[in-house]
Amino acid sequence: MYTQAMDTMGREEGGPKAVRSAEEAQLEARFDARIDDGGFIEAKDWMPAHYRKTLVRQISQHAHSEIVGMLPEGNWITRAPTLKRKAILMAKVQDEGGHGLYLYAAAETLGTSRDQLLDALHTGKAKYSSIFNYPTLTWADIGVIGWLVDGAAIMNQVPICRCSYAPYARAMVRICREESFHQRQGYDSLLVMMQNGTDAQKAMVQDAVNRWWWPSIMMFGPPDDQSPNSAQSMRWGIKRISNDDLRQKFIDATVPQAEVLGVTLPDPDLQWNAERGHHDHGPIDWAEFWRVVGGDGPCNRERLGARVQAWEDGAWVREAALAHARKQSQPLKASA
Amino acid sequence: MTTQNEWPLWEVFVRSKAGLDHKHCGSLHAPDAKLAIQMAREVYTRRQEGSSVWVVPSDQITASDPGDKDMYFDPMEDKVYRHPTFYVLPESVDHM
Repeated sequence: MYTQAMDTMGREEGGPKAVRSAEEAQLEARFDARIDDGGFIEAKDWMPAHYRKTLVRQISQHAHSEIVGMLPEGNWITRAPTLKRKAILMAKVQDEGGHGLYLYAAAETLGTSRDQLLDALHTGKAKYSSIFNYPTLTWADIGVIGWLVDGAAIMNQVPICRCSYAPYARAMVRICREESFHQRQGYDSLLVMMQNGTDAQKAMVQDAVNRWWWPSIMMFGPPDDQSPNSAQSMRWGIKRISNDDLRQKFIDATVPQAEVLGVTLPDPDLQWNAERGHHDHGPIDWAEFWRVVGGDGPCNRERLGARVQAWEDGAWVREAALAHARKQSQPLKASA
Repeated sequence: MTTQNEWPLWEVFVRSKAGLDHKHCGSLHAPDAKLAIQMAREVYTRRQEGSSVWVVPSDQITASDPGDKDMYFDPMEDKVYRHPTFYVLPESVDHM
């Protein structure tokens, strides 16, 4: 989802500063050389202000996506059809929480506090992936999220394991290692319904695929010619593969999986193009994408409301734990 | 830029199995050491990645200055004679 952050940066961010001191120019030249060399940047290293800002924005939006992504799936934990599926879903949702924490920690190394990051989410200043603003209406949605949404996320995230900012890259390595189970469990649960299910269950899977397909391929962000911040991010090694290339890769990988599953993808223009060696696809409704990113998706208000309420309801626990910790540490300090 | 209400930051080190070193694997916020250990288990060892966990308050770690990296570490660059491969021995005794 995660490259959306750069595409929604907007113009208010401005570009790199035009006026620089001689010293800064020298530092920047050294920084650029390191990037060109395929080197990594660590938290305490000098970096251009705009590089830092871009990363805080992308990593925190990625973190917010993991945390908000717990909501649509958490919705089905109590209604999972078997104990096995419930245990799997709980493990997956717990993973998403863990992924959010790895990413918040990586964002914090850039000098922004956790409270600032969360405040930006809660006040609507920071975005999260547009995909989580769609509702999970049936149990099949949970399988389809694993297969398509996590599949698209993996496609997006694997290249970020080589991001030039090392704390982000390290978090991504850990996340990608865990994420593969997310996609496989989703596909596995759909396979059970398609192979052993009733006609109604098969129709439910097809319906879920129909609703999630387009939002899933929108996850890669707008087309390359409408992605103004991509060039700079490519230059800095924050982004490695373009939106359209990743989207193509995802579609090519997904088509044969849909065939094995026995579902159709809701795009009449989807067909193999032997000349290109890729699948062609129909036009994507970017107006819908921008509407959902802009706050007017089916569940934007509900998701944000749930996050803010969880934060407010937990305030007394956070304060009590801190007060307890301070009290415990006082006698120690006094005797030292 | 930490606010008063934020839990302190801890660095987490995990020993993946008996006999190996503890290795730094990330950080987390926790109100005290006991909860930091508990949370480190939930965040960093969900798939049995560890057999032991250390947590250290982040502000207790002293680090070398990245700005001094060259001055600090480069003097070892030309001391290749500190490596066994520097010495070319006859093949019959080269396993030494």
